[in-house]
Amino acid sequence: MFDFEAVYEAKSVAHAVELRGLHPEAKILAGGSDILIETRAGKLAGCSVISIFKLDELRGVSMDGDGTLRIGALTSFSCLARDPLIGRCISVLGEAAGTAGGPQLRNIGTVGGNVCNGVTSADTASTLMAWDAVMEYTGAGGVRRAPIREHYVKAGVVSIAPDEILTSILIPQDSYERCFGCYIKYAMRGAMDIATLGCSVNVRLSEDLGTVERMRAAYGVAGPVPMRGLGAESTANGQPVSCETVNSAAAAALSDVNPRSSWRASKELRLQLVEELTRRAFRESVIRAGGKL
Amino acid sequence: MARKAIGRSVPRVDAYDKVTGRAKYTDDLADRNALIAKILHSTIANGLVTKIDTGRAEKLPGVVKILTCFDVPDIEFPTAGHPWSTDPAHRDPTDRKLLNRRVRLYGDDIAAVVAEDEVAASRALRAIEVQYEEYPAATDPEEAMRDGVPLLHEGFPNNILERHSVLDGDFDEATKEEGLIRVEGTYQTPTVQHCHIELPTSYAYMEGGRVVVVSSTQIPHIVRRIVGQALGIPWGMVRIIKPYIGGGFGNKQDALYEPLNAWLSVQLGGRLVKLELSREEAFYGTRVRHAVKVHITSYVRPDGRIVARDAKFVSNQGAYGSHGHSIVSKCVTAFRQLYNDERAKRAEAVTVYTNTATSGAMRGYGTPQSVFGMECHADDIAARLGIDPMEFRRMNMMPVGYTDPFSKNVNWSDSFNQCIEKGREYIGWDRKRELYRNQSGPVRRGVGMSLLWYNTAVWPISMEVSSCRMVLNQDGSVQIQLGETEIGQGADTVFAQMTADTLGVPFESVHVVSTQDTDITPFGTGAYGSRQTYVGGMAIKRTAESLKGKILRFASERADTGPDALDIDDGFIVRKGEPGSALFALSELATDVLYSMEHSMHFTAEETVQAKSNAYSFGAGFAEVEVDIPLAKVRLVDIVNVHDCGRLINPQLAAAQVHGGMSMGIGYGLYEKMLYDPGTGKLLNDNLLDYKLSTIMDHPHLEALFVENPEPTSAFGTKALGEPPTVPCAPAIRNAVFHATGVAANENPLTPHVLFPLFKAAGLIG
Repeated sequence: MFDFEAVYEAKSVAHAVELRGLHPEAKILAGGSDILIETRAGKLAGCSVISIFKLDELRGVSMDGDGTLRIGALTSFSCLARDPLIGRCISVLGEAAGTAGGPQLRNIGTVGGNVCNGVTSADTASTLMAWDAVMEYTGAGGVRRAPIREHYVKAGVVSIAPDEILTSILIPQDSYERCFGCYIKYAMRGAMDIATLGCSVNVRLSEDLGTVERMRAAYGVAGPVPMRGLGAESTANGQPVSCETVNSAAAAALSDVNPRSSWRASKELRLQLVEELTRRAFRESVIRAGGKL
Repeated sequence: MARKAIGRSVPRVDAYDKVTGRAKYTDDLADRNALIAKILHSTIANGLVTKIDTGRAEKLPGVVKILTCFDVPDIEFPTAGHPWSTDPAHRDPTDRKLLNRRVRLYGDDIAAVVAEDEVAASRALRAIEVQYEEYPAATDPEEAMRDGVPLLHEGFPNNILERHSVLDGDFDEATKEEGLIRVEGTYQTPTVQHCHIELPTSYAYMEGGRVVVVSSTQIPHIVRRIVGQALGIPWGMVRIIKPYIGGGFGNKQDALYEPLNAWLSVQLGGRLVKLELSREEAFYGTRVRHAVKVHITSYVRPDGRIVARDAKFVSNQGAYGSHGHSIVSKCVTAFRQLYNDERAKRAEAVTVYTNTATSGAMRGYGTPQSVFGMECHADDIAARLGIDPMEFRRMNMMPVGYTDPFSKNVNWSDSFNQCIEKGREYIGWDRKRELYRNQSGPVRRGVGMSLLWYNTAVWPISMEVSSCRMVLNQDGSVQIQLGETEIGQGADTVFAQMTADTLGVPFESVHVVSTQDTDITPFGTGAYGSRQTYVGGMAIKRTAESLKGKILRFASERADTGPDALDIDDGFIVRKGEPGSALFALSELATDVLYSMEHSMHFTAEETVQAKSNAYSFGAGFAEVEVDIPLAKVRLVDIVNVHDCGRLINPQLAAAQVHGGMSMGIGYGLYEKMLYDPGTGKLLNDNLLDYKLSTIMDHPHLEALFVENPEPTSAFGTKALGEPPTVPCAPAIRNAVFHATGVAANENPLTPHVLFPLFKAAGLIG
C-alpha cells in the first residue's frame, strides 16, 4: 500500500499540462521507480501525483525530418538499450541505459524520469550531457526547447516550469554524426547499483583518423549535477590521436570536476576515477571510431 | 534390493510447492483482515524517553491502539535462541523489555501502533511526538569501553558484557626460545546482516485463552519459551507455529518481534495482529554479525613452525545482549584449535555493548571472524618467512588424532590434507603461485587459500536434544515430525531420505510434516549450529528403528517366524538378509492391522535422543582474483570450497548449501559492511541499494567439492555443512589479493574504499 493523497491519471499530453495547472503541488509520476520508493520511505508519504505513465505517445525513438534524433521522455531503459536507431546513432546511450539497476528497474524506469529527478548519478545523464542533448518541454504556452546544461539547476532541481512536462529528448544530427562514444559506470558491484562515478566520452576523428576533431566528456557524481569536462575537451580537440593526447585529457579532467567526500566514497577515490575512467573511455571511443593508439 | 535414498540427489520434497508458489509462508497464511502493527523507532542512539505524546496519532482514522514503552510489563527477557539452561550461570543476558524507555541504539523500539491498515499505521507513527534526554553515542567498542562513557546497561562497567581469557602451556617461557620470529597483525571484520529474502514476519491471536504466534522463525520451541518469559505467562499458554520460511541464517535464531507481537494481540483482547518488518528495520532492528577485531602475535621458527601465539579479541555486541559473549568464545575456540602451536597459546576476549544494532547469531557464529584473522595472519607469516602459505598450514594445522579436552571432539581423519589436495588441484595452485609471482602491470592476478574450522551442534556448551515422531499410514507410507526445522536448506528432504532407508520404505513413501506447531510437534530446538542432520539424524534413526520393531512384531505373527528373522525393504516385509524375498507388502500389513477385528493397532513411534558428542567439520577454500589496480577493484575469477562434512546424504543439496554459503562469504570478503554515522549513531546504509549485497554478476562459477570421511559419532556419518561454507571465502580472497599485489589488507570487505589508500601507500597508484 502506498500513501498517496491523490493520483491524477493524465489521458494526453495536453491533459497532463492541464493537470499540472490544476494541481501544482502534485509530483509527476512516470515509471515510479523513484517516487514509489520515496513514498514508501515516508519522504513523499501523503503526496499527490499526476501519472503520465499511460501516455504512450511519449514512448519510443524516432527521427525528425531534419535528422534530429527524438527520444520520447517515457522511453524505458530497456527499450533504449535495444532500440535500433539508438544503436545506429548513439549506441553509447543504449549501453548506458543498460547499466541502470536491474532488469525490472530498466523495464519500468524512463529516460525522462532519469533526467528529471535531477540526480548526478543518473546513468543516461552524463551521456546526454556529453552529446549536447536538447530537452523539449510541453507547457500551456506550447513547446519549449533548451540545452540539457540549462535543464540542471542544482542537485535534485531541474528547470521545468510549473505547467510543463518533459516530452522529448533530442539529439541534433551534428551531435551524433561520425561520433563514437563510451560510457563507463563505476559502481561497487556489477548490477543493482548507482554509480560511484560515471564517465561518458565521445569523439569525432578526422577523415584520416589521425586527429581528434572533437572530443566531449561528461561525468556523473563528479559534482552536484552531471557536468561536462570542458578542460579535458579543449586539451584533446585538434590534437593527434595518440596515447599522449588521451593521457593529457585525462589529467586535465581533474580540473573540470568537483567531487565531494561522502560515506559512499572519498573525494580522493572519485578523483582517481575521473582521471582513470576518462583515459579508458577516451581510448575506447577512439578505437570505436577506428583510430589507432 | 531397493535403491537407497541416502547418497542420491533426490529432488527436494518441497520443490514443486515452492516452485509453483503453493508453499505457504507466514504472510500467505495471515487473514487479510489482520490488524497491522508498526513500531516507532527512536531517532537518537543513546538516551532516555522522557515523554511520548500519542494524542494526535490516536485521532487519525484507522488507528486502533497505540502502546508505548511506558505501558509494557516491567520484565527484562533474553532473546538468544539457545536451549534454556537450568543453570542460572549459563543463561543469556536478560536486558530488554518489549519496548524500551532507555534507548540504546538509533532505531530502538519505543512504541507500537496497531491500525486497520499499513497507511493508517504509518501515518500514526509520523504523528507521535517523542521527547528524549540524550546521551553521547558510542558506536565503536574501544570507545564504549573508555571510562566515563555512559553505560548502556546497569551492572556492566565500561560497557563490558563479558570477558574471559585462556592460556595453554607456559607462554612466557615458550616465547623466550632463541631465534623465534615475531609476527604481529590486527585484523578487523565488519558488521554485516543476514539479508534473508523473507523479512521477519509474524502474526498473533488468542484462542481458548492462549496466545498463538505464527512466525518466520528457525526455532519455534525456543520462541515459545521466550514469549512466555517476556509476557510473564506460563510457557504452556503460548503456541508457536512455524510455516515455510524464506531464510534465516541465524537472524531467526533469536526471538525477534514474536514477544511484542503476542503482547499487542493480548492487549487487544486477542485480536489478530500482524507485524511485518521493513528491510530497513531488519537491518537496524533485528540482529547482525558481530564485528570482531583481533590482534594476533605469533612466535615462529624460521622454518615456519609456530611455537606460540597470542590473540586479543574485541567483539562489538551492539545495544542488547542476544547471543552475547558466546560468539567471541567461539572465535577463541577456533583460535585454539585450528593451529597446533608447539608450546603455548594465549587468548583474551571481550564483548562490549555499543549504540549499534544488536549482534546475534549469524552463519558461522564467530568462526568467519576468527578464521579471517588467523588465515590472513597465516599468509602474513608465510610471506615474512618466504615459504609457501600452503606448506606453512600443513606444518601447523591440527593433526589427525587431536582430541579436544573440553568437547572431546576427535579429529578422526586427515580432512585438512585431503581438502587442501582437492582445492590445490582445482585452482592450479602450484602453477599459479609461480606464474603470478612477479607481475608489474596495472591488472594483476593472484591465488589465495584459507582453511576452515568448524564443529557440529552445540554440545557441550549447551544441551543437545531432538525428538521425532513417526506415524504409519494404511498404504505403508509414513509421516515424520521433528522439532528440527526446514529453513530453505533442504532439511526436510534429508530427513525423509534418512527415514526411508532406516525404515526400509521408498523415499516417496515418507511424508515430512514441514510445519512445526509447538502444540503438536515433538520437542527439538531447531535450526542452528549446523546441528540438524547430526542430532536430528540420531532421533530419526532411533524412531525409525522403534517403529520398525513394532511393525516386525506384527509381521512375525503373519509370517509365522520370529521378528528377528524379518526386515523391511522397499516397502515389503522380507526375510532378513534376503532383500528380494518379499513376503508381503507393508501396506497390506498396515491396513490389516489397523482394521483388525481382534487387535487393531495404530503404528506410531516417538523417541528423544540427547546427543553428548560433537564433530569437527573441516575444509579449505581457494580463490583466484584479478585486481585492477588503478580502479582499486577486485574481480573474483574463480573460487572453490572443499568440505569434509562426512557422508553426503544428498550431494546436490550439499552443493547448493555450499554455493549459498560461498555467496555469503564473497559478500563478506568483497562487498558487505554496515556503516554508522559516528556522530548520531544512525545506520547509513539500511537498504539493499546502499548495503552492497553481492549480485549474481559479482559471482564467478562457484565450485563445491567434497571429501567424504563418515563421522563415527554420527547416526548417518554426517557432520556440519550449514554454516562452514561461509567461513573460508573472505580470507582466501584477501590472500589472493595479497598474492596479486603484495598488499596485505587487514580488514574486510576488500572494497575500493579499503584498497585505494593501501595501493596508494604502496606506491601502486601514483
